[in-house]
Amino acid sequence: MKKNKALSILADNVWTNNPIFIQILGICSTLAVTNSLRNTMIMTVGVALTTAFSSMTLSALKAAIPRKVRMIVQVVVISFYVILIDILLRAYLPEASKQLGPYVGLIITNCIIMGRAEAFAQANGPLLSFWDGLTSGIGYMAVLMAIAAVREILGFGSLFGVRVMPEGFATWTIMIMAPSAFFLVAMVMWWAKTVQAKRAASPKEAKK
Amino acid sequence: MTPLINPVTLFFASIFTSNILLSNFLGMCSFISISKDWKSSFGLGMAVTVVMTVTAAVSWVVLYYVITPLGLEYLSFIVFIIVIAAVVQVLEMVIDRASPALYMSLGIFLPLITVNCAILGAILFMQIRHYGFIQSVAFGAGSGLGWWLAIMLLAAIRERTEKNPVPAGLKGPGITMITIGFMAMAFIGFSGMIAVQ
Repeated sequence: MKKNKALSILADNVWTNNPIFIQILGICSTLAVTNSLRNTMIMTVGVALTTAFSSMTLSALKAAIPRKVRMIVQVVVISFYVILIDILLRAYLPEASKQLGPYVGLIITNCIIMGRAEAFAQANGPLLSFWDGLTSGIGYMAVLMAIAAVREILGFGSLFGVRVMPEGFATWTIMIMAPSAFFLVAMVMWWAKTVQAKRAASPKEAKK
Repeated sequence: MTPLINPVTLFFASIFTSNILLSNFLGMCSFISISKDWKSSFGLGMAVTVVMTVTAAVSWVVLYYVITPLGLEYLSFIVFIIVIAAVVQVLEMVIDRASPALYMSLGIFLPLITVNCAILGAILFMQIRHYGFIQSVAFGAGSGLGWWLAIMLLAAIRERTEKNPVPAGLKGPGITMITIGFMAMAFIGFSGMIAVQ
C-alpha cells in the first residue's frame, strides 16, 4: 500500500503533474542557466534537494507553526537549505558557483518549493513529503535537462562542455540567447500535452 | 566590477537591454498567470515597480551597513527575504492608510510579490555587481519598470490573440511561452544600444 502510494506520487510528479509543463511553476530561477548542461544539472539538483528537505522539515513542523506566520516560516526554512547549498557549492565547485551567480540564491523564490510545501507537506507526513519533494525535483530536472541538452548542442556544439558536433558545425547563436529557452519550453509543453491528450482519448492504451 | 556606470544608463539598460524578465527569466510564475488580464497586469506591474525600487534601496543600506560590518554575508539570503517581506508589509499598511482606492487595486497583489523571483533577483544582482546606492535604486526602478512593460505588452498581445486558432496542445501556457519568446527576440534588438552586464 505504502509502496503504491510512493509510486503513484512519482508518476504524478514526473509526468501527469509535472511542475514545468503542467503546473508551470518554478521556471524563473533555472531557465536562465539552461544554455549549459552542467550548470543546469547543478541547479536542478539543488532545487530537488531543497524541495525535498524543506518539504520534509515543514511537514514535520506543521503542528508547531501558527497558520498566520506560515509563509514566513516556510521562506526561512527554504532559505536555510538554499544557504547550505550555496555554501557547499562555493566550497566544492567554486567555478560553477561563480557562473551561476545570483541564480543559486534565487532557488528560494522558486515557486515549486513553496507550492509543494503548501499543497503536499501541509497534509502529509515527513517521509512522504520528502519523497514528494524529491520526485517533483526529478520531474523538473528531466525537462530542464532536455532543454539544456538541445541548447548546448545547437548553441555550442557540445555536451557537458565536451565537443560532440563535427568541426565545421555552425553554432546557432539564438540558442545561447534568452528567446530559445522560451521556445523550447513551449515545444516541451506542446509535446507533453499532445501525448497526454492522446492517452486520455484512448483509455485502453493508458491502462496497457 | 563596473562600479562607475552612470545610473541613468543603468536605468534604461535595465528596462530595455537587460530586461529582468525577458533576458534573465525572473518573475515568470506570476507573469504567466496574471498576464491573462490587462487590468490586473497593470496593478501587479505597478506594485512590482514600487516594491522593487524600495527594496533595492532598503536592502542596499542593510547590506552595507548591517550585514557586511557584522560579517554575516552567508545569511544574506534570509535577510533579503525578510527585508522584502517587511517592505511589502509596510507598504501594504501605508497604501491602505494613504489611498484606499489604490489599496483596492494593488492590495491583492502585494502578498504575491514576496515570492516574486524578480525582486530577490534584482537584489542579488545588485549585490553581486557591487552597485552603489544610487545605481541600486536606478537598477531597482528600471528593472521594475522593465517588468511592468513586459507584462503589459504580453497582456495586450494575449488579449488580442486569445480567440485565434492554436493547435490544441499549444493552447494556454504553450502559446504564451512562444509569445514571450518573440518578445524576448524583439528586446534583443535593443542590446546594440547599451550593453550593461
